[in-house]
Amino acid sequence: MRTVALFSGILLCLATLSAWAIEHDEKLADPAQQAVFDHLTNEVRCLVCQNQTIADSTAPLAIDLRREIRQMLEAGRSEEEIKTFLLDRYGDFVLYRPRWQANTALLWLAPVLLLLIGAGGLWRIIRRRAALPVPSEDGDPPSAG
Amino acid sequence: MWRYLIPGAVFALLVAVFAVGLYRDPGYVPSPLIGKPAPQFSLPRLDDPQMTLQRSDLLGKVSLVNVWGTWCSGCRQEHETLLTLAQDGSIPIYGINWKDDPALARQWLQQLGNPYAAVGVDEAGGAAIEWGVYGAPETFLVGPDGTVLYKHIAPMTLAVWRDEFLPRITAARTGSKP
Repeated sequence: MRTVALFSGILLCLATLSAWAIEHDEKLADPAQQAVFDHLTNEVRCLVCQNQTIADSTAPLAIDLRREIRQMLEAGRSEEEIKTFLLDRYGDFVLYRPRWQANTALLWLAPVLLLLIGAGGLWRIIRRRAALPVPSEDGDPPSAG
Repeated sequence: MWRYLIPGAVFALLVAVFAVGLYRDPGYVPSPLIGKPAPQFSLPRLDDPQMTLQRSDLLGKVSLVNVWGTWCSGCRQEHETLLTLAQDGSIPIYGINWKDDPALARQWLQQLGNPYAAVGVDEAGGAAIEWGVYGAPETFLVGPDGTVLYKHIAPMTLAVWRDEFLPRITAARTGSKP
């Protein structure tokens, strides 16, 4: 029991260590800019560890990008300008929610298209079922003709 | 007839999509810089911090820009290849020493040989962001007018050099001097 408690204690310490590493960044002076910073860093993919945002990641590149974004915000640049800056250098993949453009249209429309295809299939099946003769009460197939 | 053909076709299509996806590298991200002007940068040089390596140094000839660091095992792997290319002398290789200790970098070049025409020190990683670098080693091919022609992410090998770089270098040279 004591070893379990000890191990959970160690694990807990390790878990909080990584949180500290991420929260270690200084806050921006302007709370509005800090809000944009928090939002933006959660939208930008860390290309080193591709399933993390740069807000989550402790990779050196993520730290550099957070610093770069902070400096651009302090220089008064807008969220859109910073996104364009990142897109110009790292490509569409850097944003978790890619912009609406020709090569991402299929990506954005796929859910709607799949829903329409599914709805179309369902509608056909329902129509075909509706056209079938109603089975008789005792479960016997209806007599032909 | 259609009752069997359509699901069969959909299945075959899915198999084809997955088969292609299986052999693609999910870590590979195409660079949006290709075909665009190389980014502005200015870095202190490794051999002499009073001097700088900057964008204008790349102009006027086809050149390579290689992003490396002593912490990067892939850079150690490709070092022999870079030396071979440098000995051949057909193209200058400019290095960007990315997030590294300059003392270690100098030691590395002394021990292993120096393939670079010049190395800029990017300790903070600012120039690397301008170049859209996300994993060393990365090697860019830059045309005489400063256009980024190609980017290779992974250690440089002679096969990559022959198949990907040489044809583009030839095209850039003949294109610039018609």
